[in-house]
Amino acid sequence: MTATEPAGFLPPELIRLAVTSLIVMGFVFFNSILLGYLERKLAGWFQRRPGPMEVGPQGLLQLIVDGVKLVGKQIIIPREAAKPLFLLAPLLAFMPVGIAFIVVPFSNRLQVRDLDVGLLFIVAIMSFNVMAILIAGWGSNNKYSLFGAIRAVAQNIAYEIPMLLSLLAVVLMANTLSMRGLVLAQGRLWNMIVQPVAFLIYFIAGLAETHRAPFDLPEAESELTAGFHTEFSGMAFSFFFLAEYTHMFFVASIAVVVFLGGWSGPPLPWIDYTGIVWFMLKVYALLFIMIWIRWTYPRVRFDQLLNFCWQYLIPFALVNLLVTAVVVKL
Amino acid sequence: MESATNNRERQSFFLNMGPQHPSTHGVLRLLLEMDGEYVLEPEPVLGYSHRIQEKMGESRSWAGFMPNTGRLDYLSALIYNHGYVGLIERMAGIEVPPRAEYIRVITSELNRISSHLLWLGAFLLDLGAFTPILYTFDDREQILDILEHVTGARLTYSYFRVGGVCSDVDQRFLEATRAFVGRLRGRFPIYEKLVTTNIIFIKRVKDIARFTPDMALRYGATGPILRGTGINYDIRRNEPYSVYPELEFDIPVGETGDCMDVYLVRVREMEQSLRIIEQALERLPEGPFRVKVPRRLKLPRGDASFSVETARGELTYYLVSDGSDVPYRLKVRSPSFSNLSLLPELCRNVLLSDLVMALGTIDPVIPEIDR
Amino acid sequence: MREYFSLLYTGAKSLLVGLGVTFRALLQPVVTVQYPRQRIDITPNFRGHTELVRDPETGSHRCIVCMMCEKDCPSGCITVKGETREGVKGKVLTAYQLDFTKCSLCGACVEVCPTSALCYSREYALAGFTAGEFRYDLLARLEETG
Repeated sequence: MTATEPAGFLPPELIRLAVTSLIVMGFVFFNSILLGYLERKLAGWFQRRPGPMEVGPQGLLQLIVDGVKLVGKQIIIPREAAKPLFLLAPLLAFMPVGIAFIVVPFSNRLQVRDLDVGLLFIVAIMSFNVMAILIAGWGSNNKYSLFGAIRAVAQNIAYEIPMLLSLLAVVLMANTLSMRGLVLAQGRLWNMIVQPVAFLIYFIAGLAETHRAPFDLPEAESELTAGFHTEFSGMAFSFFFLAEYTHMFFVASIAVVVFLGGWSGPPLPWIDYTGIVWFMLKVYALLFIMIWIRWTYPRVRFDQLLNFCWQYLIPFALVNLLVTAVVVKL
Repeated sequence: MESATNNRERQSFFLNMGPQHPSTHGVLRLLLEMDGEYVLEPEPVLGYSHRIQEKMGESRSWAGFMPNTGRLDYLSALIYNHGYVGLIERMAGIEVPPRAEYIRVITSELNRISSHLLWLGAFLLDLGAFTPILYTFDDREQILDILEHVTGARLTYSYFRVGGVCSDVDQRFLEATRAFVGRLRGRFPIYEKLVTTNIIFIKRVKDIARFTPDMALRYGATGPILRGTGINYDIRRNEPYSVYPELEFDIPVGETGDCMDVYLVRVREMEQSLRIIEQALERLPEGPFRVKVPRRLKLPRGDASFSVETARGELTYYLVSDGSDVPYRLKVRSPSFSNLSLLPELCRNVLLSDLVMALGTIDPVIPEIDR
Repeated sequence: MREYFSLLYTGAKSLLVGLGVTFRALLQPVVTVQYPRQRIDITPNFRGHTELVRDPETGSHRCIVCMMCEKDCPSGCITVKGETREGVKGKVLTAYQLDFTKCSLCGACVEVCPTSALCYSREYALAGFTAGEFRYDLLARLEETG
């Protein structure tokens, strides 16, 4: 720590970390809201209807007004529910994913902190989601919520394996776990072209991790009346809602960094900082595909979901890893 | 699939799919005895929508009961109308002019298609696909607009009268119906591509919850469920009424009786209904659309029954008359009641998702069960 | 083993075809109408609640207070009141009350009327705060539109 710092005992690096973390969290939050609006509009257009139109031009302010409404609602806690668990669950769903954005490189110079084990850190954070859902389902004292929570746990645990295996194939090739290193190791030839199988497996596993259709059993609306977040209302519900979109954004960002070359693209002025434009374009392209998939397919049954993971995804991921290892060695 | 516990004492808990649930097709309460995710036995609890319709049949005149028929099954209201007026005409010996008969057939088949379209959308909504329901409702809007122009109402029609229909059809109806037939034929490939060949859908529906012919006959199930099991029985063919004997159409029949076959039977029924409508439009004769019937019609003493084929199965009206202008007893045998009673035997040891899917395949409309 | 791969192939193909259907729908225009900013013309045959018909020759209604509509109504929602007046042949209508909360729009009253004094209105955008707003006095409504 430099003793010549006139501002006192706060080192500049810490200030930079704090400020940039807050900026990144705010940016992510803003993007989640935008994504929520985009999903509703796209859902409308897929269904030949306009989507939100009333609030603001083309319904742009819809999510903000929804947020205000949800803040004003009463958080009803069921009588026999475990109150501390009940109130902890939404926070646990939302906050960790925001923290994980610290290692995501938005551009060459726009990254809060590049950890040497960035990818490992991210994968570790991703498993917090499961805990949040389990706590929510158990703490609600509702059979439907418990159903949703149990399904979510099994689903998440099962699909983390193909996700890890596909990421591992890329790590073998790039020889580094740091996020920035993964982007730089790709150069011009994005990993999507070199490792298409891994990309596909990661994408499908990512859909399952964030409980997006066709894997949205934990909150299967037609069977379980909102699954694990049945009993949540008001701000608690909005946390889950935002957490889902933030998680989607997160999975897409990782996919872009690892498979789609991060911020690389045609040259722009101040590319070190404006690389974020290409990054966001790619992220939104992936998010469009996620939304497109959700509004097209019916839901997969629970045992078929697990069968699909164990019988199709994991063998392909293992074979892919093996082939990658052999090719890298040669 | 066997349930997880093999010992004699089943560790089960009860889950209540209560009267308010997104996918029970109305106010149906299902008491599920469950072991983990497996439903050991579902038990339907009925009566949440009871509106004493049959008692109202005893206190209203013959013509006064017409609006009630539309509200028994609101999705095939015209076919319910048809059964009721057919019954009274049979008892009183009234001849209906051919133009009225053809109009009845055209509007009934349009109603059948709209009911099947709604079923298709709701079935897929239960399975978790959110878009097809909007496509089917888009098609259904065309039918509702056509029928609104003819009958004045969009859902609970009260259009048929004893002796004919209430008002005549005009050129706009004929053109709109012909255009609709062509349009819907062009929409079927969309459903084929989006739903029927979709691997997720096939995995959810094929070889699940098998209806056997023996099961269907024991419970008296009729309609697409019976035809899905392979038994070729359709009231329009086997106990023909109105002008159906003069029209050429096939009765789609399934082979194995699983939910996929019942689904395909319903989709093909829509195509056959389009055929019927086309033929009836060509043969539509000129003439009166209604015969004069005394206002306070007095039926002879005795009883009679009349069966029609609704979108869900065989509907029978049974009437006992004591010679006055108000029925002594009116009994409605609705198809969904018998169809739904299959559910406990059908869904033993299935997953909860499969139960929801089987319930969607049975396609109950609770108001006609509870009456 | 062969089945494994063929299922994978047909499954993936069907999924892509399904995606194509929704994408095509994305590019097509919306079919919904932004009510109440845009409205659709409804057919003249639409059955709204009944109204008294204004006879173009006499400038007034055609009701002769025969009470047939009140007797034939299966829901019992029509109340017709009339009185005899000096120098006027037959009865004069003093009040015609329709309780629309009970009406099932069956059309019996319109059909049975011997003078065709009733017709359907085309009102579909009915909303109110109390049930009393739906107990119409058809004679008063006719005089208002006078």
